[in-house]
Amino acid sequence: MTAAELLRRLFPAGCEVRREGDLLLGTGTAAAGPVAVIGIDGGAEVGVEGALRLARAVLEVVREHPGRPILTLVDSRGQRMSKRDEVLGLNGYLGHLAACVELARRSGHRILALVHGEAVSGSYLPLGMMADDIHAVEGARLGVMALPAMAQVTKIPLARLEALSRENPVLAPGLEPFLRIGAVASVWRAPLDAALAEALARPALPDGRAALGRERGGRLRAELVARRVRDEDADGP
Amino acid sequence: MTAPPAVPRSFREASARRRLLDLLDPGSFRELLGPAARESSPHLAALDLPVSFDDGVVVGAGRLGGEPVLAAGQEGRFLGGAVGEVHGAKLTGLLQRALRERPRAVLLLLDTGGVRLQEANAGIEAVSEVMRAVLSARGAGVPVLALVGGAWGCFGGMGIVARCCDAVVMSEEARLGLSGPDVIEASRGVEELDASDRAMVWRTWGGKHRALLGEADELVEDDPAAFRRAALEWVRRPRPLSLPALEREQAFLARRLEELGGCADGPDAWRAAGVAEPDRLPLLDLPAWSAAVGGARRRRP
Repeated sequence: MTAAELLRRLFPAGCEVRREGDLLLGTGTAAAGPVAVIGIDGGAEVGVEGALRLARAVLEVVREHPGRPILTLVDSRGQRMSKRDEVLGLNGYLGHLAACVELARRSGHRILALVHGEAVSGSYLPLGMMADDIHAVEGARLGVMALPAMAQVTKIPLARLEALSRENPVLAPGLEPFLRIGAVASVWRAPLDAALAEALARPALPDGRAALGRERGGRLRAELVARRVRDEDADGP
Repeated sequence: MTAPPAVPRSFREASARRRLLDLLDPGSFRELLGPAARESSPHLAALDLPVSFDDGVVVGAGRLGGEPVLAAGQEGRFLGGAVGEVHGAKLTGLLQRALRERPRAVLLLLDTGGVRLQEANAGIEAVSEVMRAVLSARGAGVPVLALVGGAWGCFGGMGIVARCCDAVVMSEEARLGLSGPDVIEASRGVEELDASDRAMVWRTWGGKHRALLGEADELVEDDPAAFRRAALEWVRRPRPLSLPALEREQAFLARRLEELGGCADGPDAWRAAGVAEPDRLPLLDLPAWSAAVGGARRRRP
């Protein structure tokens, strides 16, 4: 689905979202009112300029439209991998972006993410994955690395990884595994404007992804381990 | 009683537990969910790979300068400190504990290549949950410090997490970034970057470059006592997560990009930043480096 098509379906009442390079920036009209749209499109990689632009967009919403919900759209292969981006401190720009999203949350903005294409690592972490809750359209391609590359890095035969990934959702890329580990809350199906309205109507909750992963059987330890560290008395020396 | 060691210990060469013991007030560290709990990675076990009973990270409570803190140390010697489900959950749990206990600060001794690829999806998810927990703790008024002085440095998503903290303290020998040299060479080719060029790697990700950019707030010697002094200092200087503060950070990063954006190499950036003789910088010890960079050194607001 193209971004234009996606936006038409999300905001049948209209939207003013402009394209700046690979970024989508603007406002859509949802049933309950205006929603700020901040997104990455076309599978683009995000470098220092893109990260800074996205952060500025988040800060502008916080400053100029207190309380307005934010919908982040993600179709990105990840961070731009270049020497220049590293020399200039890309991790710092992306850390700042994540902090801006947290500021928006703490300032009362509801923050939703919708993965409409690829969602991989460096760009997905500070934008989409910082949302209160994360959704995806069918066909979304989330992942860390393809199995052949993983086989190469981990020295585990590909056939074995493929067999294991049928049972274990932590290995294979795709939408289904990310649903099972609780990393994606739900799949939005047509009509998308209704899915958006429904998500906006729900209150923001603390990060519940580990609990969701346990419920869905895809990530059994995370919630329990975090809870034990959070609540148990410290061991003696 | 034994005499103090004649030769200063290396922070870089120490284990994660040793680093924590050296950093915190003597005798104060209490581990949470230590190796006796045998909370190891189910995913590594499924792949018939060796596991560690602490999954490569030590978390607990202690004191720093007499004040209660929570602290974590990643063990670079276990799978490069990489973050899997259990490892990440221990960090997240510690940061959530901070919301309840309200310690003076949370100290993260980062030594990691990033996501543990053997647990790919659970690894990236774990890093994301750590990132949210760091920012939640800060938002609730508990400072979080990143101390980067291990052999792996701090890369991948954890490189972003480091910069979600209030401040970053680094040793000269440590490295900090997002995509590491091997990753860039593998994805873009040796023409983009030759990962075997150690001097270039150091000029790009090393402590001196990071400190000149302002990405690291303080550069210290590879010495546990130096990290401790820096931690004592930076827990007193939290950065608020407020609109004015983040707008100042936005302006700082925008200006730095304008000034240095044309630079593709460390020394180019140092010259553009205003260092008179950039090629000398790698050779200088820290006091001499500090004098040579002077006002060219950027500092985050």
